[in-house]
Amino acid sequence: MIDNTVVELSRWQFAATALYHFLFVPLTLGLTFLLAAMETVYVTTGRDIYRRMAQFWGRLFLINFALGVATGLTMEFQFGTNWSFYSSFVGDTFGAPLAIEGLMAFFMESTFVGLMVFGWERMSKAQHLIVTYLVALGSNLSAVWILVANGFMQDPQGARFNPLTMRMELTNFSDLIFNADAQSKFVHTSIAGYVTAAMFVGGISAFYMLKNRHMELARRSFRMAALFGVLATAGVITLGDALGFIGGQAQPTKLAAMEALWKTEPAPVAFNVVAAPSQSERANLWQIQVPAGLSLLVTHSLDGTVPGADELERQAAGRIRNGIPAVVALKRLAQDPSDAQAMAQFRAHEKDLGYGFLVQRYAPDQDASKSTPEAILEAARDTIPQVAPVFWSFRIMVGLGLLMLGYFILAVIYTLRNEVERQRGFLRLALWSIPVPFIACEMGWLVAEVGRQPWTIYQILPTWMSASTHSVAYMVFSLTGFVVLYSIFIAIEMYLMVRAVRAGPETDGPDAAGPQRRATVAQAAPASAGRLASRWEV
Amino acid sequence: METYLLLKLVWWVLLGVLLVGLAVMVGMDMGVGTILRHVGRTDTERRVVLNIVGPHWEGNQVWFVLGGGAIFAAWPLIYATAFSGFYVVMLLLLWTMIVRPLGFEYRSKLASAQWRGAWDWALFVSGFVPMLVFGAAVGNLLQGVPFHFDWNLTSRYTGSFAALLNPFALLCGLLSVAMSVYMGATMVMSRGEGVIRERARRLAQWSGIGALLLFTIGGLWVSRMQGYHLVRGPDPATAQTPLRQIVERSTGDWLVNFRGHPILWLVPASAYAGLLPGLIAARRGASHLAWWLGALAWIGVIGTVGTAMFPFMMPSSSEPSHSLTVWNSSSSEYTLAWMTGFTAVFMPLILWYTSWAFWVMRGKVSAQRIESDEHAY
Repeated sequence: MIDNTVVELSRWQFAATALYHFLFVPLTLGLTFLLAAMETVYVTTGRDIYRRMAQFWGRLFLINFALGVATGLTMEFQFGTNWSFYSSFVGDTFGAPLAIEGLMAFFMESTFVGLMVFGWERMSKAQHLIVTYLVALGSNLSAVWILVANGFMQDPQGARFNPLTMRMELTNFSDLIFNADAQSKFVHTSIAGYVTAAMFVGGISAFYMLKNRHMELARRSFRMAALFGVLATAGVITLGDALGFIGGQAQPTKLAAMEALWKTEPAPVAFNVVAAPSQSERANLWQIQVPAGLSLLVTHSLDGTVPGADELERQAAGRIRNGIPAVVALKRLAQDPSDAQAMAQFRAHEKDLGYGFLVQRYAPDQDASKSTPEAILEAARDTIPQVAPVFWSFRIMVGLGLLMLGYFILAVIYTLRNEVERQRGFLRLALWSIPVPFIACEMGWLVAEVGRQPWTIYQILPTWMSASTHSVAYMVFSLTGFVVLYSIFIAIEMYLMVRAVRAGPETDGPDAAGPQRRATVAQAAPASAGRLASRWEV
Repeated sequence: METYLLLKLVWWVLLGVLLVGLAVMVGMDMGVGTILRHVGRTDTERRVVLNIVGPHWEGNQVWFVLGGGAIFAAWPLIYATAFSGFYVVMLLLLWTMIVRPLGFEYRSKLASAQWRGAWDWALFVSGFVPMLVFGAAVGNLLQGVPFHFDWNLTSRYTGSFAALLNPFALLCGLLSVAMSVYMGATMVMSRGEGVIRERARRLAQWSGIGALLLFTIGGLWVSRMQGYHLVRGPDPATAQTPLRQIVERSTGDWLVNFRGHPILWLVPASAYAGLLPGLIAARRGASHLAWWLGALAWIGVIGTVGTAMFPFMMPSSSEPSHSLTVWNSSSSEYTLAWMTGFTAVFMPLILWYTSWAFWVMRGKVSAQRIESDEHAY
């Protein structure tokens, strides 16, 4: 028997640790490329200010990176510790991209990050630049493989369930990698990271300009961030639209939740701008609509329709009824793998095996063969994820994305007119907007993951079956431990980050500035102060 | 030989390679953490010690991450059963391991002695505890772990946390700590100078002697403990689950492979062939040689466990017939084939650029060098 409390606690723990880890990932993804860009300018023009920029932002990068790496360890092992049924069920398919991530990407990123930090005096300029690019490439390749793994959870392609080994087995490697969901999600997520880095660098540069400190470094960093940011934000919105399009086809239940669409309506379908979805009423308590909006957004046409929750539940009920014989046959095959009749029955129903698993939660004794009509109805309702959190996370993410696009357009205009420093209000906005991209990223994760419920592998494996069989006490213990440790960590990280920012590029470092370092700064300062930034140089 | 059978064996060997990589590289960094407070008495000395592995610990740590990923991909049933079964121990491992990156990165960010002292303790704990846990986990595998499967392969662990920390497991844990201290100390010797080098040299000798003793006692213990043997099971070359075999246990089973193929005695012998001359090399200050001999000893230690247990990987003490073996817990042939391809391409690359990174950062780490380097830890 599966204990619902244990499953819920496992979900909370995974969500908490994943959301926490994802606070540090986007900044790493984007900042590595900004560092590489700064260093490229340094190497090609030989101007020292860009070396100082790369080193200063590199220091902040490391404070962030340490916690990203630390919390990533938890993620790599948590599937096994807390989702053991999931792990044995899909490890054959899902494990491969995780292992390849380590082999191809994470090793490269981590080995070269050490050289990037410690190797400034030990390599030629060109070598060091290549090392920095390899760090950027490594972190972004990591994201590719992680999102290939996640893409399989969202839209399982390239694998088939083997009733004799009780697991999803990989059948087509290229289908796994070139999964449309994974590909568009990778681009969307990594570019979201670039936006995050641009907001971060822009915001801290704005802080310096407000304080009239490190003006040269702040101006140039701001300009770079603004140009990088405007391109990235435009990209993230375009890809977000593509992802909505692809995801909407692959996961109609998520789409219905994102749009709070309870009833299937004839085309053209109106778009709910804001609404108050009620899960129990299966309706919105109120809503503000744009006529025909949803058809245009989702199907990119006026006569396309979008299935609502009511129709999706009806379909699910049918699939549950078809899936129950698959589970029954599977149980017989587990007793006797040579049972030809059971195999034939399994083959006839296997496409709905996941739905047969799903109904077990509501069936007497958690036995699919004893499913009552009420259990089937309940399981069918269960296939619609919690609408309100998905609907609102999605809107917050999109809203913040559009606001950031506006922000970056203004930033580019100001910086190209060389008047950023005079826009005090805008600078304050830039500083206080640093948390915005982080919030948007977390919201994106919530849409993707809450919207996929009640499945860990969409339509294949219910979340409810995936968790390890721990006791409630174990789960309370571990969840508490994670919350306490992670809270301490983030307090330390924020403190060090704020301190490093306040100290600024010249005075930070283990023992403040050494004698050699002060000399470099003293030489660099007058030279760069005399140089007026031309309009088109970053 | 049939391809699937061959692939299972290849991945059994590759698992060994990964564990050796983990033990040698991460173990070395953890050894450095464990001895940090002893070999470095002043703050500058400690910073010297930290900066010896400073440029490399991040890359090294990926052996741990890759180990997790590779077990997940190649041995999903073991990943699922072991990590959930060893839950509290795994938490102990994760919680101490996630402190380590912060210890390295954050320790020297503030000048306060209290701050740095606290991180020094954190680095000790995050070096000592994970190595103890690794060893103890392997010790438990040798003894068998109480778990069984439901009809659909849901794994259920029926032991307690305290049972995982039994005397034999602790002995294995201490062996792994001793080995890691040896590796850390020889590394500190090769890049440190003066008193630091001298203290490390003494530690390398003591830990080497400790490792020799613990390995010997452990070996004798294993030869007298109950091992497992496969009475009957499906053809090793076929896809299978652990639900269709018969396994029995009896004393001395872990010696069967050695008795059947006496050449395998070379595996435990290489642990001695590493540690004994390693002790002499450390004593004479030949730190590089001592380090490489330590790596050989690790191959011997890990190889001995693998050879003794083969084909078992995770025997069940409560339901021996549900034991996980090389034959019944690997991924499908198709997945293993792809994974083999990726490993064949990327593993040599990893070894190449890791060596390059060590070569770039070669040479002694001195107090002077750290104080003038703004990037140092």
